[in-house]
Amino acid sequence: MHLEQHSRLESGLFYALVAAGGLVTAIGLGAALFMEHSGHVVTGMNNQIVWGLPHVFAIFLIVAASGVLNVASIGSVFGKAMYKPRAPLSGLLALVMLAAGLMVIMLDLGRADRLVVAMTHFNPSSVFGWNVILYPGFFAIVGLYLWMLMDRKMNPYYKPAGLAAFIWRLILTTGTGSIFGFLVARQAYQSAIIAPMFIIMSFAWGLAVFMLVQRAMYGWNDLTLDPAIRQRLKNLLGTFVAAVFYFVMIYHLTNIYFAKQTAFEAFILLEGGIITWMFWGGYVLIGTLLPLFLLYHPDIWPRPLAVCAASIGVIVGAFCQLYVFIIGGQMFPLEIFPDMLVSSSFMDGQIDHYSPSMPEFLLGMGGIGLAFTATAIGVRVLKFLPQDDISKLKSADGHLLD
Amino acid sequence: MNDPQDRIDNQSRRSFVGTAAAVGAGLGVAALAPGLHLIEVSQAGTARSPGEAASNTVRWGMLIDTTKCASGCDACVKACNTENGINETIKDARQGSQWIRKIELKDPKNGREHSLPMMCQHCANPPCVDVCPTGASMKRADGIVLVDRHICIGCRYCMMACPYKARSFVHQPLTEQNPEVPRGIGCVESCTFCVHRVDKGQMPACVEACPEGAMTFGDLNDPASAIAQRLAREPSTQVRADLKLNLGVRYQGI
Amino acid sequence: MTFMKQALVGFAAVLLLAPALAVAEAPKPALKIENPGQCIAPAEEMRRNHMEMLKHQRDRTMRQGIRGEKASLNECISCHASKSTGSVLGKGGFCQECHSYAAVKLDCWDCHQPKAGQKHAGVAGVKE
Ligand code: HEC
Ligand code: HEC
Ligand code: HEC
Repeated sequence: MHLEQHSRLESGLFYALVAAGGLVTAIGLGAALFMEHSGHVVTGMNNQIVWGLPHVFAIFLIVAASGVLNVASIGSVFGKAMYKPRAPLSGLLALVMLAAGLMVIMLDLGRADRLVVAMTHFNPSSVFGWNVILYPGFFAIVGLYLWMLMDRKMNPYYKPAGLAAFIWRLILTTGTGSIFGFLVARQAYQSAIIAPMFIIMSFAWGLAVFMLVQRAMYGWNDLTLDPAIRQRLKNLLGTFVAAVFYFVMIYHLTNIYFAKQTAFEAFILLEGGIITWMFWGGYVLIGTLLPLFLLYHPDIWPRPLAVCAASIGVIVGAFCQLYVFIIGGQMFPLEIFPDMLVSSSFMDGQIDHYSPSMPEFLLGMGGIGLAFTATAIGVRVLKFLPQDDISKLKSADGHLLD
Repeated sequence: MNDPQDRIDNQSRRSFVGTAAAVGAGLGVAALAPGLHLIEVSQAGTARSPGEAASNTVRWGMLIDTTKCASGCDACVKACNTENGINETIKDARQGSQWIRKIELKDPKNGREHSLPMMCQHCANPPCVDVCPTGASMKRADGIVLVDRHICIGCRYCMMACPYKARSFVHQPLTEQNPEVPRGIGCVESCTFCVHRVDKGQMPACVEACPEGAMTFGDLNDPASAIAQRLAREPSTQVRADLKLNLGVRYQGI
Repeated sequence: MTFMKQALVGFAAVLLLAPALAVAEAPKPALKIENPGQCIAPAEEMRRNHMEMLKHQRDRTMRQGIRGEKASLNECISCHASKSTGSVLGKGGFCQECHSYAAVKLDCWDCHQPKAGQKHAGVAGVKE
């Protein structure tokens, strides 16, 4: 059942969008090539702020990729009928976003040309090493799951495949969170709460992305989402956003009261300049309070764009949160000599500063561009639009052909 | 004063004073060369013969006496840079390589000040080796922690994991390398204990250059070595001992 | 800085263009053996196996600390470097001439010094 009949105008618009997405991706690749050729001097990263903007983009994409699969999981693992027609789109987004995130991470490597080395040399004690297994595994399992879901002959097996995908994605996000959780020497990352926090973040971010994409697709096809479904999904999103907020509070409170990282917390929460602004303005206000308000205010959420705006807020908040976590966490000086006043030629005892450069930003955007383009093509060429509404539409005016 | 390490120290100090007086203090460590050839010999016995692998019966270590380390002196840093060909210029100093750096400490409780060199601590349980995805971060049998830059992909996870900020990432193309110390763009690097010298039976450059003889290098496993004897006799600390990494570099006086 | 940049761009251009030119004209590389004597293995075997030898040696030195063996890269360079440029790279450079012809691109020279006898001013002025 391909969506084959499109008006000329619509086709033109589609190709324009794909071209724009492709261009952003190409610029991102060009930026990576430039970084590779000149070295990381052309970035704002340095030997203290080791991971920068590309990692913010990449980790957002990877974490949200696993979260976006949630919709499928709820359908097949927890047997909720309403979610099953959404499973293909959910699976497609998961694959595409993971691929985009990995692309950004890979292209930021100092030696991107040594990809083969990364595949053939494997250190079993490294969390990064585990991820080298987890990512291809995710592709394989989600791919299999999509096949079973969309091929009628294979349909009887889609449930176990869905369960496998669900478990795999939990492990995958735990792995991503653990990349940081294992950095015991760094004040920002040594908390045990980080891995579960990443899982719940993936739920929220993934669902926000899903809602946006779904909204765009419905708008494109002049469809409106069934209000009951919309309400269910927005309540779920609200629950996830609140849960993330809870984890973030626990993270900061335990840091203050148990780990005694008061100086670090004062930096993030009070004195960190742009970092503090991003935390309160970006994450708390735009990424949490605003979406919760939009999603739960009885007069507001039923309005056409309320849920959409809330989803955008969640995504903006996610970027701010990751920026605070990754870059703020590195700006604060490593405590090599606790309780001493320290100074050196290399930022010891000093708050560092970071200004991302254009190539880094373009590389990150290239990842977003890739995810966008691949989704647009996938949705149009393959049957990823939620099927319940398609059939409704078909019976209504026969506009969409099988 | 009569163990070999102290003899080395005295000689290097005397030759430093002598040469510096003759040539002028600004010329730096390269001027030491003539005086220092003498002392390579006193380390004889530690050089391995060709074809022989590093062995785990040896564990190389360093003891740094911070009471002798002068604030503002960076002879060790200069020597390291010269020896390892770290001579590139870069606009943002934070992007440049620092295999060894001087840290100034002040204890707010009693106002005491210390100065010390900080570099790769050559942990027995190195976090960089644990986290490296490809196994490029490695510990040689004799305890020297290195980056095998032939399989380093430049992910910088080891830099995130290092509690001492001892690793640097090469941010730009290099050309003027020392043939014995290859280093280049896109890989992570750090203090090697001057492995190319140690394998020849020489001291690391910083140890040799220290005008105060504040750094002692040797085999921690050999009870007869100067470093092992001093560690047995005198108190010393490991930085961030709470992390239980069992460091190869020990400090005194902090 | 600008000089450095120009030099680098020029260097990159040479690296990029050389294979193209070589393919276009396809001259058989005229290898100049600078130091009479013997290679570490017969020439035929060297032509076939030098990459494997170098990789093997690389791991032995890097990982096990074994030094002073035949297949050391620095040894190749000190024997094979051109008398005029001092390097194994560049026009007529022993390693590059052949690799350009075979369109092989090595990353070794990102780190390894291609010039022989590059004295460095280390503390102890280590000989060779
Ligand atoms: C990113 C930097 C880097 C690159 C690129 C690199 N090496 Fe190395 N290489 C090193 C370092 C560092 C050592 C260790 C030197 C030592 O300890 O003496 C080394 C040592 C070696 C050695 C042993 C020492 C000697 O002189 O024999 C060999 C052989 C070697 N490399 C071969 C290669 C080859 C062949 C290539 C290209 C395919 C290459 N390397 C690329 C950094 C590099
Ligand atoms: C002692 C000096 C010496 C050293 C060291 C040395 N070579 Fe050679 N190499 C020679 C000579 C002389 C020849 C010419 C031999 C002949 O034609 O029979 C040669 C020939 C070769 C050839 C074949 C060239 C052709 O005619 O096609 C290759 C390839 C080569 N060497 C590579 C290497 C490599 C790689 C190394 C280091 C691992 C190395 N050599 C080390 C002296 C040396
Ligand atoms: C006679 C020609 C010839 C000469 C001279 C020569 N090479 Fe090669 N080399 C080759 C060819 C051909 C290959 C590609 C082999 C292949 O792809 O299987 C190669 C491959 C290599 C590789 C492996 C590259 C990779 O990516 O795996 C290394 C390392 C290497 N050469 C080092 C050297 C060095 C160092 C010298 C100079 C001392 C040298 N070669 C001189 C012909 C030569």
